[in-house]
Amino acid sequence: MFSRALRKSVFTPVRRNAFAPLARRAVTTDAASSHAENLPEKDEEPFEVQLSDESFETYELDPPSYTLHTTKKELKQMYYDMVAVRRMEMAADRLYKEKKIRGFCHLSTGQEAVAVGIEHGITKQDHVITAYRCHGFALMRGGTVKQIIGELLGRREGIAYGKGGSMHMFAKGFYGGNGIVGAQVPVGAGIAFANQYEGKENVTLALYGDGASNQGQVFEAFNMAKLWSLPVIFGCENNKYGMGTAANRSSAMTEYYKRGQYIPGLKINGMDVLAVKNAVEFGKQWCKEGKGPLVYEFVTYRYGGHSMSDPGTTYRTREEIQRMRSTNDPIAGLKQKLLDWEACTEDELKSIDKEARSMVDAEVAEAEKMEPPEPSPQILFEDVYGRIPEENFYYAKADIPPRSKEDYVTRT
Amino acid sequence: MSVSRVLRPASRLLSASRPTTALRPAFRPAASLPSIVSSRSYAQPAGTKEMTVREALNEAMAEEMEANPKVFVLGEEVAQYNGAYKVTKGLLDRFGEKRVIDSPITESGFAGLTVGAALAGLVPICEFMTFNFAMQAIDQIINSAAKTHYMSGGIQPCPVVFRGPNGFAAGVAAQHSQDYTAWYGSVPGLKVVSPYSSEDAKGLLKAAIRDPNPVIVLENELLYGLQFPMSEEAQSSDFVIPFGKAKIERPGKDLTMVTLSRCVGQCLVAAEQLKKNHGVETEVINLRSIKPMDVEAIVKSVKKTGHMMVVESGFPSFGVGAEIMALTCEYAFDYLDAPPVRVTGAEVPTPYAQKLEEMSFPTEQLITDYAAKLLRV
Repeated sequence: MFSRALRKSVFTPVRRNAFAPLARRAVTTDAASSHAENLPEKDEEPFEVQLSDESFETYELDPPSYTLHTTKKELKQMYYDMVAVRRMEMAADRLYKEKKIRGFCHLSTGQEAVAVGIEHGITKQDHVITAYRCHGFALMRGGTVKQIIGELLGRREGIAYGKGGSMHMFAKGFYGGNGIVGAQVPVGAGIAFANQYEGKENVTLALYGDGASNQGQVFEAFNMAKLWSLPVIFGCENNKYGMGTAANRSSAMTEYYKRGQYIPGLKINGMDVLAVKNAVEFGKQWCKEGKGPLVYEFVTYRYGGHSMSDPGTTYRTREEIQRMRSTNDPIAGLKQKLLDWEACTEDELKSIDKEARSMVDAEVAEAEKMEPPEPSPQILFEDVYGRIPEENFYYAKADIPPRSKEDYVTRT
Repeated sequence: MSVSRVLRPASRLLSASRPTTALRPAFRPAASLPSIVSSRSYAQPAGTKEMTVREALNEAMAEEMEANPKVFVLGEEVAQYNGAYKVTKGLLDRFGEKRVIDSPITESGFAGLTVGAALAGLVPICEFMTFNFAMQAIDQIINSAAKTHYMSGGIQPCPVVFRGPNGFAAGVAAQHSQDYTAWYGSVPGLKVVSPYSSEDAKGLLKAAIRDPNPVIVLENELLYGLQFPMSEEAQSSDFVIPFGKAKIERPGKDLTMVTLSRCVGQCLVAAEQLKKNHGVETEVINLRSIKPMDVEAIVKSVKKTGHMMVVESGFPSFGVGAEIMALTCEYAFDYLDAPPVRVTGAEVPTPYAQKLEEMSFPTEQLITDYAAKLLRV
């Protein structure tokens, strides 16, 4: 992998500005394919990065710029974020195996560049809704490891007060965590509708997997979004398998970025956090200009099984997983770039690793110490209707103190 | 040619300006609901005016849209067509196409879209042409709308209103004539109301729009064209009917008839017949709201009468009638002088042929007969 990255950085390909020839190229999942040189001294000073011309494929769309502006500080933050997401997922994996997490638990190990890249391409005023593989997004949107792991452990101080669990997490600008495959896509279009209605220039990302892409309501959402020019990016996280069914065994056409038919599409190297960020920034601008929706396909890979009960090896080979892990890993890819570009030293990276690891470990330890919700009728029945359990006939007596204002998500 | 006309014959029925006139022969010669209204023995108080249920629903939406710019209406044919049943008539002209939106015929998609808009802070009124088609969207209604507030630990409200005609419609066969009250009534997180009169319609719909929870408003297409008196109070733009409060449409001491929606009118006719033929005083309770339900009103009435009968038009199994009888037995068993009785729709998919269709739903005669049997008169 290193030699390949090195070769790329030596033989910088000529930039193409016409998109036609690109359409014939396959999008790479090489996580270390972009290039930069002569980086500035200061952490905050911006510089240019050239993305590989295999970062995108387009459908009825002029590709985004292959030049990206970033800073060393941002790159390091992205690295930290991806390591934090992975560490958190690894902690969840451990806790699940220790039987401390119940039910379903879907981990995003291997797909970190999508959640992190998206967050770095948008602002807190933008909106994200996704499916059940949502831990990374919840963290990036402002949840804490303590809250998220606390939720997985079913604790009262979990991000959804122990009511949602692995698949249902909410935060400001983050609408879950939807456990019904594909149902979040029209809901995401509705969030975009609200933004358009209120004249806000925010973008909404409605994310779904390659499995969900065949759901009828996804196409219903496409239709309305195009019809009404909604500022939404439909993002298909193609991790190649919908549960255990390979994309080509479930989809008559696996070029998911072309699934919008009348909506321009973009296929993105979802293992390269910089390509993701650039694509999302481009999409945000596109939506802001009132050009309507986009269909994105983030090509990525899930290292683990579909959920904790799936070893993930009956429908794909161990070699395939091993190959992706060792040659296309988004974290190792960004690390390689940071070193190649001399953005930071190996020691610095090690200390970032350590910092992320100790943050996650500390918060996980705190989460484990948190109390589960008291098994009382008050707590069981609160929030079925507003904060008023009296309205639920089956629970008539309650005296629940009002929650403080800060606890509510305020949608502005 | 509108696709909906071809695919959805129910909409065609109501394209006439006075649909009930055309429809009445189709359900029952005896079912002269307006006669009840006109035969009210008491004088109407000053300031009362007549209004159809359709107009009342329209007024409720218009007033709430006027008061809150976040309220919008979305559904099939709600804008240019003026509503498949003309409930949204004139709203497009008044509020413009930003707030009155014709949706494609994709229930799952547009119901999901209104849920998303509600999550993001708007107050959508999602009209289903009929609740039969809402089955396409029932996942969005239950999994996305009803459960989100609870699943989020109370931080993410979903103030959406789903409304449209529900239940019996004339001559449209099985797929267009079904009562979903029990379906939605069984879901925690939803509030469900079912108006009978114009006052009900206006007050409940306005309350639904103002409610922070997802609310299902189950209307009935055969009631849309009926006129009811609107009190001066109900004509005000501040008028709302609180959920969970039943209305005693007719007081009585011998029998409690618990009912809702269109069956309220039938029960009032039956009560009149029972009085005339048997001298029996029937108390008719219009539930108004299914969830939350006013169990107290039922219990209070049963304590007085000792006899309870439910009249509703859903399927009998696991239905509204079953639930109300269970609640009555749980909370008022000691006051019952006889086992409670239910009159419901028949356990069949609604047939097309008129005489068969008539057999599939409660009739005034059936209600009267069952009541007489219950009271042994």
